[in-house]
Amino acid sequence: MSIFVDESTKVVYQGLTGSQGKFYGLRNRDYGTQVVAGTNPKKAGTDVDGVPIYASVADAVEATGATASCIFIPAPGVQAAVMEAAEAGLELVVVITEGVPAQDEAWFYNKIKRDFPATRILGPNCPGLISPGKANIGITAGEIALPGGPVGIVSRSGTLTYQALYELKLQGIGVTTCVGIGGDPVPGTSFIDCLEAFEADPETKAVMLIGEIGGSAEEEAADFIKAEMTKPISAYIAGVTAPAGKKMGHAGAIVSGGKGTAAAKMEALRGAGVEVGQNPTEAGELMVEIVKNL
Amino acid sequence: MDLFEYQGKQFFAMFDIPVSPGEAVTTVDAAVAAADRIGYPVVVKAQVMVGGRGKAGGVKLASTTEEAREHATNILGLDIKGHIVEVLWIEKASDIAEEYYASFTLDRAAKKHLGMLSAQGGVEIESVAETDPDAIAKIWIDPVDGLTEEDARRWVSGARLNPDATEGAVDILVKLYRAYTEGDADLAEINPLILTPEGKVHALDAKVTLDDNAAFRHDWDEFASTQVRDEREQAAHEKGLQYVGLDGNVGIIANGAGLAMSTLDVVNQAGGAPANFLDIGGGANADVMAGALEVINNDPKVRSIFINIFGGITRGEEVANGIVQALGRVTLNSPIVIRLDGTNADQGREILAAHESETLISKPTMLEAAQAAVELANR
Repeated sequence: MSIFVDESTKVVYQGLTGSQGKFYGLRNRDYGTQVVAGTNPKKAGTDVDGVPIYASVADAVEATGATASCIFIPAPGVQAAVMEAAEAGLELVVVITEGVPAQDEAWFYNKIKRDFPATRILGPNCPGLISPGKANIGITAGEIALPGGPVGIVSRSGTLTYQALYELKLQGIGVTTCVGIGGDPVPGTSFIDCLEAFEADPETKAVMLIGEIGGSAEEEAADFIKAEMTKPISAYIAGVTAPAGKKMGHAGAIVSGGKGTAAAKMEALRGAGVEVGQNPTEAGELMVEIVKNL
Repeated sequence: MDLFEYQGKQFFAMFDIPVSPGEAVTTVDAAVAAADRIGYPVVVKAQVMVGGRGKAGGVKLASTTEEAREHATNILGLDIKGHIVEVLWIEKASDIAEEYYASFTLDRAAKKHLGMLSAQGGVEIESVAETDPDAIAKIWIDPVDGLTEEDARRWVSGARLNPDATEGAVDILVKLYRAYTEGDADLAEINPLILTPEGKVHALDAKVTLDDNAAFRHDWDEFASTQVRDEREQAAHEKGLQYVGLDGNVGIIANGAGLAMSTLDVVNQAGGAPANFLDIGGGANADVMAGALEVINNDPKVRSIFINIFGGITRGEEVANGIVQALGRVTLNSPIVIRLDGTNADQGREILAAHESETLISKPTMLEAAQAAVELANR
């Protein structure tokens, strides 16, 4: 099994007619994802390499039965795009777009939680998620992931996620689902949401968590792990040496007022029984050991 | 983007938040002229983005033209914790009965806006939080609901401000919340928020951080034009690269913010010190790579360069060809260590191997590459 998406998930791409949306949307289709529709109010009735374009998400849902969307809309339009997807009744809305204003994220996160509790947002500013061999929604290179489990991956960083997938593949270890929750201040899906889903998924036997400086999401994850998780976990936190007060690429990756340091996060995770590596390779090696001993 | 106090006050004024009248100046003569216009007494305030400027002698009261000249002369050019004062804010001095603290920021854990209000203002809020946490009245605001006047009134009464300040504080807090949300700030802080003997409440200081991601819907050009960046950061910014200058001698180029951070960590583990953080994004083509190499190459501290690329959709051979092309365009002052991994890494490494020399080394793992780069930097 996998979490959040599988081979039956039908996906509509908001922004499929743009260059990024087209490139990744068609790659996702080539991977095997059910890419059933795109949206663009000005291009309804046309198609992108055979994928039909509808005027709205609601139209696409009615025509195709899509239950998920993937958003490649430029940042100024993301709030409206997310609301449109939720109003159309989608269960999963994956926002790849980076550079979304924090005020917008905070607003639509709370609005959707209140009015559309059945809709899960993933991102913004995330690589998406992949259930290897089943579905790939977003910008991950599908070829670096081995299907089948037993490991689930959840990560705040894109390239480090790819690194993890790839290292496990080299060791012959498969992945059930790999979720990139993104590096923004208000991620729609949290570490805890993913850990909870992995804990409930019978095919996921171990979890790899990749965090970074800033905020307290890793500390909250540690509390959850201590209280609720029975499956073994390895982790890596990027940014041990990042200076305070500087955003390290991601809007959310900033140590401010002495809070959000990598050291504190690693300490919290160790305290919850997590095996913490000093670099991504070491975290991968720790996972290899964990899988051997399953 | 952090604003100077005077810019923060301009920002507040757009939302009708009362601030003291004043002028921003860059010369002593202009400071004196401004002080004469405003009318004495005035306060001469250093404009630096660092706390503790009062203690450092950066804030002085002037009652006469002579005093204004003296203070402006002393404060312009002053070094406050490494920040050189280039701009002064001259403002009408205020009579202060009481000093409060007010701010809005995002509580990332709660995913709500957090308002903080305290009757103990004019001191660092972190120290109040430590010594007397109950003195800070907090309110969590759902962005969908916003902050109503009623909420603000309840909040103010919970903070136990002087009753004379209630009306003025409620008014300012509602406006400050608007400035924070509609103005797209990550932080909007007034410390101190003052009550005058006449019972007026207004902002004596302004600390504002704007969300760069929201620049598309605001006219922030003037704020952006005064941003203080080091030269390396400026050059990288102009090339559209995510760059943060650091103090070490190993130049770093990586694709992806997480991998770039991780690269700094590994260089440190290998006993070295990174000269920078630089994320070139996903593609790693020749143009982007050449631009990144130029930025690193112009940093005189750099003794070796560590390129750390994970090829995902962009395959190893494309990345390697991009690097080789870029190297052909930039004459480097330092040796390079490359670690290439991911899709078709073997093919990529083969291409690099054909160009390998004493100054271009390819290593298969991050740690080995970091060790090699650190060794070269310390040679």
